[in-house]
Amino acid sequence: MSMVEAKQGGLLDSVRSSSWQSRIAVAVVAVLVVVLLFQAAQDPAQFVSQLLVGITNGAIIALIALGYTLVYGIVELINFAHGDNFMLGSFVGLTVLSGTFLGLGFFAPIGGDSGAALQIVGVVFALVAAMAICGLINVGIERIAYKPLRNAPRLAVLITAIGMSFILQNIGLVWKGASQIPFPSLIPDGNALGAFTDALVYRWKDLFIILVTIPLLLALSYFVQRTKQGKAMRAVAQDKEAAAMMGINVDRTIAVTFLLGGILAGAAGVMFGLFNGTTVFNVGFRQGLFAFTAAVLGGIGNLTGAVVGGILIGVIGAMSDQYVGVRWTEIMIFTVLILVLVFRPQGLLGDRSSVQGGGGERT
Amino acid sequence: MALLEVQDIHSYYGHIHALRGVSLTVEKGEVVTLIGSNGAGKTTTLRSIHGVLTPREGRIVFDGEEIQNVPPHDMIERGIAQSPEGRKIFSRMTVLENLEMGAYHRNDGVGIQQDMDRVFDLFPRLRERTKQEAGTMSGGEQQMLAIGRALMSRPKLLLLDEPSMGLAPVLVERIFQVIREINEQGTTILLVEQNANVALEIASRGYVLETGRVVNAAPAALLRQDPKVREAYLGEV
Repeated sequence: MSMVEAKQGGLLDSVRSSSWQSRIAVAVVAVLVVVLLFQAAQDPAQFVSQLLVGITNGAIIALIALGYTLVYGIVELINFAHGDNFMLGSFVGLTVLSGTFLGLGFFAPIGGDSGAALQIVGVVFALVAAMAICGLINVGIERIAYKPLRNAPRLAVLITAIGMSFILQNIGLVWKGASQIPFPSLIPDGNALGAFTDALVYRWKDLFIILVTIPLLLALSYFVQRTKQGKAMRAVAQDKEAAAMMGINVDRTIAVTFLLGGILAGAAGVMFGLFNGTTVFNVGFRQGLFAFTAAVLGGIGNLTGAVVGGILIGVIGAMSDQYVGVRWTEIMIFTVLILVLVFRPQGLLGDRSSVQGGGGERT
Repeated sequence: MALLEVQDIHSYYGHIHALRGVSLTVEKGEVVTLIGSNGAGKTTTLRSIHGVLTPREGRIVFDGEEIQNVPPHDMIERGIAQSPEGRKIFSRMTVLENLEMGAYHRNDGVGIQQDMDRVFDLFPRLRERTKQEAGTMSGGEQQMLAIGRALMSRPKLLLLDEPSMGLAPVLVERIFQVIREINEQGTTILLVEQNANVALEIASRGYVLETGRVVNAAPAALLRQDPKVREAYLGEV
């Protein structure tokens, strides 16, 4: 139900002082909510299962969205290459699990028939490797394509970001080819709740995603709120010149931010592969677009917003898949995006300063 | 030897020649003020000293070392801190976090706590508001915070840019009392002010800037009596 509450909470403020358009919008939302509730009442188990699927999908989107929002928060740039970095993360995970690199076999492929211990080691190792490599790729992208243009017109950086996106995508194409690549199925597909009930489906896969996502979110939140480097990040995001006066190395802090975003993208890439059982060179475009949407929906620059936006999109997608039809899903998601932005241009949790690019703060 | 010696610096904003050969010295323990009208180059001079803007020509010597090419984030280590124009506090951080940022480069927890207590003694209002988000405070409180934050690095030289800006006269008086107190506790101060009246009252010497040049340099008492200064900056006809 989180999607309904969040959406209404976001809209209600505007509605009070609002025109007939906003009332129609609220009416539409209300109708959808009623329809959903009706469905929920008819088959609660299916509804809850679908909600859980949505939250799981949303968790992966949220991890990618955080990368967009972290980077936007600090340099006011949409890092379009971020989704493709996520794709490379899934490829790194795949390579680690295949046991080969550059045509050299290091160990036997880790797959569904390996021992349980080896499978766990494989998953952990794939996650760590992808996080490290994607983090470094992101730092490299910043260094090569964005840092030299920090004082250039926005349009120039936008173009280098799009360029970087295509470069990474084609590196993926050269590396693994154009077809869908199967991921070894290391996480059991069975129902984690099977021991208790058959009606409610919550797969081990879903549990795996949540069990990896939550510690990552907690770690990120601790880093940003409590550590010295995290505080430096927030200071740089608010006022670069003042931060420099405090002795904060602004360039290094920006690099750390890209590192963090890349780490999350790497983790999401491997999780996505293990969850969906497949990956492909252009998967970053679609997932990246969803994640970017989630970041904007939640309020770009706002970390909680990215998570809320990600889960919201995941849940809307899952509901639409189930009750409206798969072909309608993207229409539903982007309709919600447009509706929210029309009434809250700064996103659900964003403040105006970040949507306006904090123009006054830049020097 | 002077603590700070600025020798004939030229600074630019793009193609605009903002400083056209500014020279000044600040001795240890002094309060020196730069006065001048809007656009005369007062803030630009502070920014150049602080490394936010790198002068194209000239030398800046601080504590015996040339610093004109040192990046701003290394200045605090050398002993220069600033309460900048427009305050530039971190508005979405709490008062406490702002003060912590002022001591960002330090690792001596005990010393930091001492300096925080000192800031709270100077500005008791801040002590009551440690948990408040800085952007929600009044202008006067934000100014106190900006000065307090700069003090958290225990600077040898404190640069103050327009501390009176936008404040009610009562508050201006209060802030300048504290500035005097800070100086009496041993911190050297370079003060930029539009409000030449109050600035010349607490400064020992002053420089008058006009269109990027120093046009007059004298002890503050003399500047206060200078008919030109009185007419242009002290609001007397």
